[in-house]
Amino acid sequence: MVVSFVVLSLALITVSFRESDSGPVHGIQDAGAAALRPFEVVTERVARPFRDAYNWFDGLVDARSENERLRKENAQLRQQYVAARSAVDDVAVLTSLLEYEHGPDFPKDFDAVNADVLTTSSQFKQQITIAAGSKHGVRKDDPVVTAAGLVGKVTRVTPTVSQVTLLSDPTSAVAAEDLTSGASGIIRHGAGGGPALFLDRVTKNEVVLVNDVIVTAGTQQGALPDVYPAGILIGRVTSSGQSDTLPFKTVQVEPFADLTSLDAVAVLVPDGRPR
Amino acid sequence: MTPADGLKAFALLFVVAIVQVSLLSSLSVAGGYPQLLLVTLVAVALLRGSVFGAAGGFLGGLLVDTATLQTLGLTSLILTVGGYWIGRYGETTGRDRTHAPYVSVAVVTVLYAFGATLLHFMLGDAVSARSVLLESLLPTILFNLVLTAPVYWLTGKLLRPVEWRDRAQEVRLLG
Repeated sequence: MVVSFVVLSLALITVSFRESDSGPVHGIQDAGAAALRPFEVVTERVARPFRDAYNWFDGLVDARSENERLRKENAQLRQQYVAARSAVDDVAVLTSLLEYEHGPDFPKDFDAVNADVLTTSSQFKQQITIAAGSKHGVRKDDPVVTAAGLVGKVTRVTPTVSQVTLLSDPTSAVAAEDLTSGASGIIRHGAGGGPALFLDRVTKNEVVLVNDVIVTAGTQQGALPDVYPAGILIGRVTSSGQSDTLPFKTVQVEPFADLTSLDAVAVLVPDGRPR
Repeated sequence: MTPADGLKAFALLFVVAIVQVSLLSSLSVAGGYPQLLLVTLVAVALLRGSVFGAAGGFLGGLLVDTATLQTLGLTSLILTVGGYWIGRYGETTGRDRTHAPYVSVAVVTVLYAFGATLLHFMLGDAVSARSVLLESLLPTILFNLVLTAPVYWLTGKLLRPVEWRDRAQEVRLLG
């Protein structure tokens, strides 16, 4: 019996890895994910006040090692965390997404599909699943944002659930630029853990200063536009330097969106896409 | 072991797997990640033996892979082997030893980290071995050890330990 479980696991890995997203095993998995969705939603909602309380205390501990400016920011965040411990927070999160959708920063020619986060990322995969899928107009490679900034992009879609690969995943790469100086590069995740990002491929003659804001570049090469619209906030530069041995600058970026604690996100879908 | 035992174990692992993927996977304390599913599986395997452990590991892993839309079978494979091994340990040398859950959880946490990293590498996923095996492994072990006592106690309440003489029939000691 044990051997059969092992063999079955190996067979599932092989088939799941080799077949396309439209294959039968993926179809069964999609149906399973859809069936599990209500349980995940209930669990997430029941535990949200506890998780928010934990985040509040976690922020309190972190604040001791922050400088004065960050302490002020943390104070604001703590207030938000405290406010987030009730169902009112649901409204706040969705309201912020709504305000973002109707605000000047929202990309033109796009609509927002707002969705709850169902499963969180792990230490092995910086991917989450959200409660929106192809039935809601979501397609593979659609960008995903919060009111704070860019989160990642959709990498797999089922009718009711989608998988989002976060910016903190090693496979993510986003063309980005410094909003102040216009210096361009590629946002990637560093080799280690943690949420810090790096603006890679910035040549040494370009200027990038601490506290500069980094946004998506929305570059267009030939007939293939970037999947990310231009001007979406990504993060703030926390350090910038260069050495004689490296061909590019070393620019570290702290993402605006808290990639480790996402409750709801918005998927950007082009105007006019059927839903 | 009765069908009721199987149902209770299934329900327990189902709930724990949902909690794991919905809440705990991204919860990091001092770099460690609580693995409630792994700890619960160890408790089930120690209390009910290798077959229960393997079946529970396969089921729990399948739920995790399905809910997170990851490669099917990956977590199942690791948890099946882990559940079986801990079950055998419980049936033999670990029987009635108070330290057995702690030893099992510590060892399985290490094996899970190495096994998952290896499988992800084999599938071409970009996993930071430094992050998983150096930075987060020790705090994860400590975190899981903290969970062990309450989880083992609660699981023991749900799945009452099998009588010693019943379990002794499962293994024959020669010599």
